[in-house]
Amino acid sequence: MSQPVTFLSRAEALIGTHEADAVGTGVRNFLAMRERSVEVFPLIEMLRDRARAIRLHSLNHLDRLLAHFADQVEATGGRVHWASDAEEASQIAADILQRAECRSVVKSKSMVSEEIELNDHLESLGFDVVETDLGEFIAQLAGDTPSHIIAPVLHMTRRDVGELFADKLGVPFTDDPFELNRIARVHLRDVFLEADAGISGVNMAVAESGSIVLVTNEGNGRLVTTVPRVHIALMGMERIVSRWEDAAVVLETLARSATGQHLSVYTNVVTGPRREDDPDGPEELHVIVVDNGRSRILAGETAEILACIRCGACLNACPVFRTSGGHAYGTVYSGPFGSIVTPGLYGMDPWWDLPYASTLCGACEEVCPVRIQIPRMLLELRKQAASEGRLPGWLEWGMSRYAKTTVDPSKWARAKRWASWLIAPLSSGGWVRRLPGPGRGWTTSRDFPRPARESFAEWWRSNRGA
Amino acid sequence: MEGPKVQLFVTCLVDALAPEVGRATVDALEKAGCVVEFPDGQACCGQPAFNVGLVGEARKMAEHTLDVLDETEGRVVIPSGSCAVMIAHHYADLFEGTSRQEQARRVADRVRELTQYLVDDLDSSVRARCDGCTVAYHYSCHGLRELGLDHQADRLLDATARAELDGAKECCGFGGLFSIEMPAVSEAIMKDKLDRVEASGADVLVGSDVSCLLHMEGGLRRRGSKVEVRHIAELIGGGS
Repeated sequence: MSQPVTFLSRAEALIGTHEADAVGTGVRNFLAMRERSVEVFPLIEMLRDRARAIRLHSLNHLDRLLAHFADQVEATGGRVHWASDAEEASQIAADILQRAECRSVVKSKSMVSEEIELNDHLESLGFDVVETDLGEFIAQLAGDTPSHIIAPVLHMTRRDVGELFADKLGVPFTDDPFELNRIARVHLRDVFLEADAGISGVNMAVAESGSIVLVTNEGNGRLVTTVPRVHIALMGMERIVSRWEDAAVVLETLARSATGQHLSVYTNVVTGPRREDDPDGPEELHVIVVDNGRSRILAGETAEILACIRCGACLNACPVFRTSGGHAYGTVYSGPFGSIVTPGLYGMDPWWDLPYASTLCGACEEVCPVRIQIPRMLLELRKQAASEGRLPGWLEWGMSRYAKTTVDPSKWARAKRWASWLIAPLSSGGWVRRLPGPGRGWTTSRDFPRPARESFAEWWRSNRGA
Repeated sequence: MEGPKVQLFVTCLVDALAPEVGRATVDALEKAGCVVEFPDGQACCGQPAFNVGLVGEARKMAEHTLDVLDETEGRVVIPSGSCAVMIAHHYADLFEGTSRQEQARRVADRVRELTQYLVDDLDSSVRARCDGCTVAYHYSCHGLRELGLDHQADRLLDATARAELDGAKECCGFGGLFSIEMPAVSEAIMKDKLDRVEASGADVLVGSDVSCLLHMEGGLRRRGSKVEVRHIAELIGGGS
């Protein structure tokens, strides 16, 4: 099924549905949890400043940090692979699996793997791929895509999940979250034990020790990275800090912003494959560093978005996300940060309208742990879209006329009188119930005020003018 | 005694759609002891064009506005946080590295939103009053987050019965041309807001940005609500 091509049409199909309602409830819960944790931790403001400085430092020294990181990974016995685009990244992963004679793969959550559509590629080559993050597992079972970076199935209720499990796993229906969790755990336990390879994401890489950090709340991350023989970690190339000291600051802000936790339940650090005296761990560790458009973003006006630590707070705070849901964005990276990342990674075509899916209210920037100037970058992308001539004709024409009119006082005075006179027949009691043309959108659920017979400027001239 | 001279930048929306708010703003400022002037030739600050990315048009309107305001002296007072932010903050971006840079900075420094001016600058004793009614206050986003308008209205309303409005600092869904470009989304956000306004038990919804207020008033009227809508200036000045 091909999906509608504009944000608006996707949003229109979702607004008011069961799915959008589930998202609305979910994000308000997340926001409240964040709020409570931040209130009792005033230090967070200072940590946010530091986290911002740390992340911007990483972006400014990305080449050096990545080179150092790669040296350290290799020194601990791991391998680093560089992928310039999605296809190359998927191919590298497939080659590693083939060479190591792996067939079954378990995955912990990785947005980069969603970005490069890794599962499709691996499945087409005959690998069995099972998602083990509960949310991702549910999404995979449902044949659905994640709608929120930290809560992939925020758009589903526990009832939906219960029905899905009953249908796909042949278990009796329940909507008890603990029971649902247990069902997934029992089902996945054997999958873990039989898996040849584990594929994980990377929440953060630490250059000084060549380590990767994974945060999860379910412990699936540590199973994926310790049980199978081969571990492949997929990493967006910006996901790096220099030192452990810096990593600690980022971790302090990440979980609080995401879910209001002090730390996620599991913070796993992986440094190299299994050493001789290690009781467990993979024989091979491969880190695939993925560019896939990031260099292009880094060179442009929205480079700062690469400082994002993927907490999801901006999604939760966004009134557009709250009412439309993640699937309205049509891509893996939804919400305010996604509206900047997506056109950056995949180009303005057809994603140019995402930066317009915002009221510019600024709630995203207010909660961002690294204080990314999201509205400013949305405006940058709008500027780019407008300069490429992508705006609807009526808007471009109308704004050009409006500018010409308002800078000429006599034209402006005339325009106000005409507007009042033209709209008068459509109005009753000073309000219009239906506007024609592009104004139609306004009056589907709002009355529009009739322009005043006497503008303020006219009143001033008659009553206060010299 | 003659109070401070202020220049009223009334905004294009107030000028054309809600002149009563402009008159109330004049009253409010005079009550606070100001001598109000209205610079001739003013119209739109350029924000609608700026926010959709049409920078050329935005610059044209901004240049005109700068020329009009730069000829005057004293504070420029604006009954809208959103338009005040446009001049006070975004003009700097528009004119960075151009010959207008200095002028933009000069004018930006003089700009104050109405409640900000009355409370922070003047520490005025004027108050917003609504006798026999309960007021819900909506904090418009641009003023709240970019000018720090998070307490000024509370001060002005401290003698008025307040209804607790859940999500009072959340966006109402207006978003300028967003409301016309993405009407379904704008409406969905507005619905959420108006449900909360009605649940608050308030008789009157008050705010300090005509744009958001007209959007919400239009929505309340359409749903046949009894809740009335007022700009805070109307509760201070009382109109004329």
